[in-house]
Amino acid sequence: MISGMRMRGLMRKEFLQIWRDPSSIAIAFVLPVLLLFIFGYGVSLDAKHVPIALVVEQQDAATASFTGAFRKLDYFAPLPFANMRDAEEAMREGEVEAILHLKSDFGRTIFQPGGAPAQLIVNGVNANTARLISGYATGVWATWLQQYAALNARSFNVPVMVQSRVWFNSELKSRNYLVPGLIAVIMTLIGALLTALVVSREWERGTMESLMATPVSMSEILLGKIIPYFLLGTGGMLLSVAMAVWLFGVPLHGSFFLLFGVASLFLLVALGMGLLISTVAKNQFVASQIALVVTFLPAFLLSGFIFEIASMPQVVQFITHIIPARYFVALLHTLFMAGNIWSVIVPNTLALAIMALFFMGLVWRISRKRLD
Amino acid sequence: MTEIIVAEPVAVFTGVGKSFVAGKRRVEALRGVSARLRAGCVTGLIGPDGAGKTTLMRLLAGLLKPDAGEIHVLGQDVIGEPLRVQQSLGYMPQRFGLYEDLSVQENLDLYADLQCVAHAARPERYAELMHMTGLAPFTHRLAGQLSGGMKQKLGLACALVRSPKLLLLDEPTAGVDPVSRRELWEIVYRQVEQAGMSVLFSTAYLDEAERCDDLLLLHQGQLLGQGKPAEFSSRMQGRIFNVSNGSESRRRLQQQLVQQESVLDALIQGEAVRLVMHEGRSPQGEVWAKGLKIEQAAPRFEDAFVAMLGGVGAIAPEAVHAAATVTAKNGPVIEVADLSRNFGEFQAVKSIGFHVERGEVFGLLGANGAGKSTTFRMLCGLLPASSGSLTVAGMNLRDAPASARSRIGYMSQRFSLYGTLSVLENLRFFSSVYGLSGKGRRARIDWAFERFDLHDIADTASDDLSLGYKQRLAMAAALLHEPDILFLDEPTSGVDPLARREFWQRINLLAEQGVTVLVTTHFMEEAEYCDRLVIMAEGSILASGTPQAIKQTAAATGEKVATMEDAFIALIQREAA
Amino acid sequence: MGSLRRILALMGKEFLALLKDNKGRFVLIGPPIIQLMVFGYAASFDLNHVPYAIYNEDGGAASRALVARFEGAPAFDVATILHHDSEIKSLIDDKQVLLVVHIGQQFSRDLALGQSAQLQLIVDGRNSNTALIILGYARSIVLGFNESQLLAAGATGLPVHIQTRAWFNPNLQSRWFLIPGIAGLITLVVTMMVISLSVAREREQGTFDQLMVTPLRPFEILLGKALPGFIIGGLEGTLVILVAVFWFEIPLLGSLVTLYTGLALFLLSAIGIGLMISSMAVTQQQGFLGAFLFIVPAILLSGFATPIENMPEVLQYITLVDPMRYLMVILRGVFLEGTSFTMLIPQFWPLAIIGVVTLSFAAWLFRHRMY
Repeated sequence: MISGMRMRGLMRKEFLQIWRDPSSIAIAFVLPVLLLFIFGYGVSLDAKHVPIALVVEQQDAATASFTGAFRKLDYFAPLPFANMRDAEEAMREGEVEAILHLKSDFGRTIFQPGGAPAQLIVNGVNANTARLISGYATGVWATWLQQYAALNARSFNVPVMVQSRVWFNSELKSRNYLVPGLIAVIMTLIGALLTALVVSREWERGTMESLMATPVSMSEILLGKIIPYFLLGTGGMLLSVAMAVWLFGVPLHGSFFLLFGVASLFLLVALGMGLLISTVAKNQFVASQIALVVTFLPAFLLSGFIFEIASMPQVVQFITHIIPARYFVALLHTLFMAGNIWSVIVPNTLALAIMALFFMGLVWRISRKRLD
Repeated sequence: MTEIIVAEPVAVFTGVGKSFVAGKRRVEALRGVSARLRAGCVTGLIGPDGAGKTTLMRLLAGLLKPDAGEIHVLGQDVIGEPLRVQQSLGYMPQRFGLYEDLSVQENLDLYADLQCVAHAARPERYAELMHMTGLAPFTHRLAGQLSGGMKQKLGLACALVRSPKLLLLDEPTAGVDPVSRRELWEIVYRQVEQAGMSVLFSTAYLDEAERCDDLLLLHQGQLLGQGKPAEFSSRMQGRIFNVSNGSESRRRLQQQLVQQESVLDALIQGEAVRLVMHEGRSPQGEVWAKGLKIEQAAPRFEDAFVAMLGGVGAIAPEAVHAAATVTAKNGPVIEVADLSRNFGEFQAVKSIGFHVERGEVFGLLGANGAGKSTTFRMLCGLLPASSGSLTVAGMNLRDAPASARSRIGYMSQRFSLYGTLSVLENLRFFSSVYGLSGKGRRARIDWAFERFDLHDIADTASDDLSLGYKQRLAMAAALLHEPDILFLDEPTSGVDPLARREFWQRINLLAEQGVTVLVTTHFMEEAEYCDRLVIMAEGSILASGTPQAIKQTAAATGEKVATMEDAFIALIQREAA
Repeated sequence: MGSLRRILALMGKEFLALLKDNKGRFVLIGPPIIQLMVFGYAASFDLNHVPYAIYNEDGGAASRALVARFEGAPAFDVATILHHDSEIKSLIDDKQVLLVVHIGQQFSRDLALGQSAQLQLIVDGRNSNTALIILGYARSIVLGFNESQLLAAGATGLPVHIQTRAWFNPNLQSRWFLIPGIAGLITLVVTMMVISLSVAREREQGTFDQLMVTPLRPFEILLGKALPGFIIGGLEGTLVILVAVFWFEIPLLGSLVTLYTGLALFLLSAIGIGLMISSMAVTQQQGFLGAFLFIVPAILLSGFATPIENMPEVLQYITLVDPMRYLMVILRGVFLEGTSFTMLIPQFWPLAIIGVVTLSFAAWLFRHRMY
């Protein structure tokens, strides 16, 4: 009983409104592009050019060789300090993140048993950065030691040599997982937050009452919202993928069509949540707050977008199972960085499909063409 | 055959009941309402605020499900088959849901699509509707940028886009100026005559009720009566009198008369006071009638309405005059000269001038968009003037010290109160910002509770109040600090006739005590209550003077001028021509 | 005197309006608690129970000793033992394990011969940060193993690792880093929401005109709007600080005076920005979106989760106008490092300047948008 004419009318109205309403533009275009730029260019968890204080108590060939090894790497930006007091002061003031301290007997004791001539002090406040710094520093030290031993004709064997292989994101760039994950956040913004806002606005302004008094059916009203915002969300997704691949150089190993497919499915889930929120709230302010708390924040924090789900407490891990963004983020990471891995795609897609059916079904069930 | 079809009622409801949960209370909006709406005629739905008018409209439109009873519209069961009914229904809600960021044309297109109007039929229908509503020059303007009257006309055009069999209009003329109102009704009546449409409308303007073919009178969710307006008013035959005297001011006379126990209602009309007597009573032979000129008058529907709802009752003048502090200094309180205001290219107010004397009730009238709100806002200091001079109590409120504002009281059409705050909290807040404290503050709040009868609702959030109570509270808040100038911006908009009467009684009392009142309104009978008024159109003053003088000016145009409304329309039309 | 009374009346009204309104209460209580709990428990860069697989082709005593070290590490949970090369791919592909420890056939023999033995670590790099941390943990396990091997052999070995110490957060818990930041985040969100909607709400409901015709002066209205935001923001911040100290047991080393000086200065700038948004917004929706458009980048660029030093230089300059940036330094400094008042002055004055500039601009907008 769906009339093409009515659908066209409703959809045209929706597009005109999106185009003329600054808030739709803000959520659908400004915020996604802003987020993409911040995550693509700005935010990074990788440590690079970390300012580090070098305190060398007695300069000699050994210390020069070792500090040279530090300077060669991108990770650190070493700054020489005359003594520990100054270096510690600099660390307290936040000028340096770590201090590498080579004692006066560094050159002498280095080949002596039990010598521990080098000390690394890191600022532990940002635990993540601290861990990365000490990891890098240990790596530099081990490599240098071996080379130095060889250079000085000393035989030296480290009992176990670690050979690490990183799969999928071999350069270990955080951008490569942050930008794809961001697509889930952007689509949540358009699908759930924007939809919740525009539908509740119709209730608030009384336009819903006028619509309902016409022979339009509830399914037509719902489809008249879903289709335009679906297209808008798809546009946001295409824009994000294009920026990710061409601007930020994130590799897309999987199939684009598969990505398009799962993104569409996720968009349906988000739209379902947005419509549900607006049907319950019927007020822009309440709808926006609920949408923030139940869709936006979880997509940011509980989806595995930034924080690893496996490390969360059991209870929180359990909660993440009801967060649709979780499944979508897993799909995005895999499709972008690993490829078409069916054993990941099938279960996650299935979960999204079930959620889409659930939310859409619920929306259709509770939406009545009545005001009470 | 045709006879029988015409006789078929367009809507039938039997034993309809509907209740809502508002806050914690259960409100019975409708109780056992049964009625039939005749086809091919205009039926009015009349009743005070909260009578259940909107609920009834929504039930007919299939937007609500009744708790009890049956509703059939156009022979269909609305409860079971709302979509069928909605195909031949036009509905214009109270706040017509126009898409404000869509243009006039786009709004029409949307509703044409929703009603599945064939594309071939559209150009003709659009042209007709645009011609009727006079919106043709504005088809590309956004609906949000139209004036109030034009918005209502566009709403009507949208509801009429498919020429419905039944048209439901919920207060279509609220906040609309008399000219636009008249145009709106012309469109509606033309539809009834030409297309045989049936119309149900609700309104707060009782003169509109007078013109319809059938009336439903609703009160507290119950149907008090149904019939032709004449049937209602004929019951009042012999109870209506016009009373006047030569010397005393009509306002004082009205105050005096309304307190008499045999008088049900007293209203200022022209130079006289119109009395509605209690059943079986007559002014002849009453003590107070001595020396008054008394004429019997023809009853109107309004009289019947007031009588059926039991009248308003008199508000006793205050023992202590509210404005006792007003120093008797004669001379104009408000002076406006050569005042202009531009918004970009557009000149909203074009070099106007007038003055208001102490203790005067001064009316500022005009069509929607005539510049009266702009003038009003400039006077209150809410908007700077582009050029010209204006003084209120000798100062321009815009740059006068803040303390000068404590001499004015302000009440806007939206009854701007803090919705989540209770009545008491609202009063406490406004008294404090006006610098009242301690005993003085307590005394004034007690005064407000006493005078405005707010005791029962002291702890109710002001959002939950009925419109009439909101208006009372807004007025109480505006009077707490005993201002000697009162600015009232459409203070009775959307308020039912009883609440309006009560409101004007209070205004009259204040004016008698020397308070200067500046008021804007769309109710032309209220213009009669003013001492003097100006009528504005397109930023300029068309006429000014006493109501009588304005009627005379209007009569000079050659139109038949019986009421203020006729005068207003005649003047506006002369200007437009 | 009269002025003070009017401001107090306005403040009283603001509080009443906020607290009596269900929606208002919701904004003050709901999101902050949810954010605190979610951040407190979910947001962490630390890894626990990382599932990994062991593929031991060797089986000698030395390899078993190394495996035992992995099994003993709390960061790792063994998910499965592999017996064949081909099993690795599907395990990592499906994210069943994030790490495979592969010990070659020659491992024990090489060690016994005094040669370097090879250990292969295969890591899922999809989340590069997690991958780096896993590698770091695994390496430190191997280092420990090496050291004990060398000691056992009685070799006059070289120091295999640098002696590392972490100041301020010795166990390197990222919760210590994130939770003081949350105090700032929640303070920002609540203050902005309360402030940026307040004037817009009055505009929308028409009460703003009503206020303008009362004897209230514009600066009194501004103050009456700003102070409740200040108090609520301060209370909200205090609540989170209390939870951080007593529930999450984050050490608070510095002085409360320093902490609250920073918080107060930060609130000034947050209120200034909120009032700017509020005076520009005509509707509540615009106010909400304006606040949202400010809050999201302000948090992302504050160094809350990701270090500012990692950002490109241009962006680092932009962060200089982000008040959150300074608050983050203050909160973490006072909480974890016990930084003194004087050392934080470089953070205080930019906040004060942002506060003064935004408040003056808000006052200007307020006067010029009154009609």
